[in-house]
Amino acid sequence: MATIELRQVSKRYGQGKASVPVIHSLDAAISDHEFVVVVGPSGCGKSTLLRMVAGLEDISSGEILIGNRVVNRLEPSQRDIAMVFQNYALYPHMSVFENMAYGLKIAKMPSAEIKARVDKAAGILELGGLLQRKPRELSGGQRQRVAMGRAIVREPQVFLFDEPLSNLDAKLRVHTRLEIQKLHRELGITSLFVTHDQVEAMTLAQRMLVLNAGRVEQFGTPEQVYARPASTFVASFIGAPPMNLLRQAPGVPADTILGIRPEHLDMGQGWDLRVEAIELLGAERLLYCRLGPEPLILRIGADQPSPTVGAHIQAQPRAQQVHHFDAATGLRR
Amino acid sequence: MIENRPLLRWASHLVLILGVGIIFFPIYLTFIGSTQSAEQILGSHPLSLMPGGHFIDSYRLALFGGKTTAGASVGAAAPMLLVSLGSALIIAVGKIAISLLSAFAIVFFRFPFKKAVFWMVFITLMLPVEVRIGPTYEVVSQLHLLNSMAGLTIPLIASATATFLFRQFFLTVPNELVEAARMDGAGPMRFFKDVLLPLSGTSIAALFVIQFIYGWNQYLWPLLVTTDESMYPIVMGIKRLISGEVYVEWNLVMATTILAMLPPALVVVLMQKWFVKGLVDAEK
Repeated sequence: MATIELRQVSKRYGQGKASVPVIHSLDAAISDHEFVVVVGPSGCGKSTLLRMVAGLEDISSGEILIGNRVVNRLEPSQRDIAMVFQNYALYPHMSVFENMAYGLKIAKMPSAEIKARVDKAAGILELGGLLQRKPRELSGGQRQRVAMGRAIVREPQVFLFDEPLSNLDAKLRVHTRLEIQKLHRELGITSLFVTHDQVEAMTLAQRMLVLNAGRVEQFGTPEQVYARPASTFVASFIGAPPMNLLRQAPGVPADTILGIRPEHLDMGQGWDLRVEAIELLGAERLLYCRLGPEPLILRIGADQPSPTVGAHIQAQPRAQQVHHFDAATGLRR
Repeated sequence: MIENRPLLRWASHLVLILGVGIIFFPIYLTFIGSTQSAEQILGSHPLSLMPGGHFIDSYRLALFGGKTTAGASVGAAAPMLLVSLGSALIIAVGKIAISLLSAFAIVFFRFPFKKAVFWMVFITLMLPVEVRIGPTYEVVSQLHLLNSMAGLTIPLIASATATFLFRQFFLTVPNELVEAARMDGAGPMRFFKDVLLPLSGTSIAALFVIQFIYGWNQYLWPLLVTTDESMYPIVMGIKRLISGEVYVEWNLVMATTILAMLPPALVVVLMQKWFVKGLVDAEK
C-alpha cells in the first residue's frame, strides 16, 4: 500500500530563538494510487514539504510515513521513491540510456533487467530513438521526459514532482500535463506534485493541498476547492481571474466578506458598477469595474453586447453562488 | 563589430607577426646554435642565422654524454630528462589528485571548522617553496628523502591554486545533480567517481598542463635536495654546462636546452584543446 502520511510535520530553519518556522505542524494523509497536487504561492513551503518527503531535507519534528513505514531517518534511496526535478537534473556526460539506468546500476541490478526496464519506460514515453543521445542534444520537453523515464524505471511506491513543468513553454506545458495524466492512468503510482500554477493543480489533481505560509488551508478535490473554498486565501488563489472578495458589498454586515466569482455575475438589474477597463480573451470578455470603492471583475461571453469603458452598468450575483467569509479570520462561514 | 578596413587588417597582421617573431626568434637562434660546432659559434660575429652541419653530433653528445672537442667530459642529458619527466608527472598527477579530493570535501560536505580549514588552505598560497625552504629541507633530510624521487616531489605536491580552481568549478555543479545522484542511491565517493570526475575533465586537463610545466621548471628545490648526479633534473643539467667552465660548449648548451623544451611543449600541444575549454567553458 503506497500511502503517504504526514503527522505533525514541522520545519524550522536556524536554531533556538532565531529559528524561522517554515512548516507548522502539518497533518495530511494521501491514499494509495492518489495523485495529490501541493499548490501555493512562492515561499509557502511546498517545495520544502516535498523535499522532506523525499529525504533531501531534515524534519524538525513530526513523522513521515510512506507505505506505513516511518521514513524520517532513511536516505532518499531507501524510501522507495523517485523524484522529477524542475531543472531535469540529468547527468550531462551520460547518454539517455545511462541516465535512466544509473540508479538501477547502483542497486546492482543485472544488466538484462536494466535494459528491459529502460526499454519499457522509453516505450511509454516515446524516447526509443533518443537512447544514445546526450542531454545537451535534446530539447527541453525531451529532457523532461528522460527525467520522468529515470523515475519510472525505479518502479517506486511514490512519485515526487518538483514543479516539473515550470521550465517548459506554454504549449509544451499543456502537452506534458496530458502526458503526466496518461502516465498516472497507466501506472497508477501514488504521486505528490508541487506547483505554484493553479491551472496545473486543477487539471492534474485528484485532490489538492492548498498551502499558505506553511499551513494547510484546504485539502480537497478540485471541485470542492473551487466550489467551496475554505478561506479567502483559497478563494482568491484558485480560479483565474480570482474570486471577487467584497468587504463593503451592499446588504452585507461589516464583519462578513462576500465572495462571488466573475462568471457568476449576470448583467441586468442589481449593483451599480462603473466599467474601468475591458479585456477580450477570445471566447470571453473581462470587465474590470468598481462597486463603490472596491474593484469587481465580471466575465461575460464575447458574443454578448459589451459596454464601453467609463459606462455605468448593473450586475446581479447569482444567489446560489455567493460565498461568505468571516472578515477577521478569513474562514468560510 | 569587426571593421573591414584593409589598412587595419594589414596593421594588425604586422603587429601579430612581429609578436610571434620576437618570441620565436630566441628559440630559432638556440636551434641554429645547436646545429653548429663550438668553434663556429664562437667565431661568428654576429650570430649566424643559418643551420650548421653538426646537428647529429651535438644532439648525440648532449643526450648520451662523452668527450667534447675541447677535451672536457660531459654528462648525459638523457637520464636527467627522465628524472625531470618523472618528477613533473608525479607532481602534476599528485597535485591534481590531492586538490580534487580537498575541493570535493570543502564544497560538498559540512564539517566543524570548515571555514577555518578553507582559509588555511588558501593562506598557503603565501607560502611558496622559496619561503619555507629551511624547515622543509630539514624535514626532508630527517626523513632520509634526500636524493630521491620522493624528496624531489612530495614537498611540492600540495596545491592551494588547484584546490581553489576545483572549488570554483565544483560550485558551478547544480545542486539538483547532487540530489538526483542521492536519490539514485549514489554515496559520496560514487558521486565523485561517476559524476564529478567526468564533468571535471577539462579542468583537470588545464591544470595538468600548468602543474606539469611547474614541476618541469623546478630549479631551487632540486638544487638543494639532490647531490647525486643521477637525480639531477634537466634544468640543473643546463645550468651546470654553463657555470664554472672557462670554455663553454655553447652548441651543447643549445642542444640540451632544445631537448629540455620539447616535453613541456609536447604536453601543451597535446592538451591544448582541453586547456582552453577548461579555462573558458562552463558546461551544464
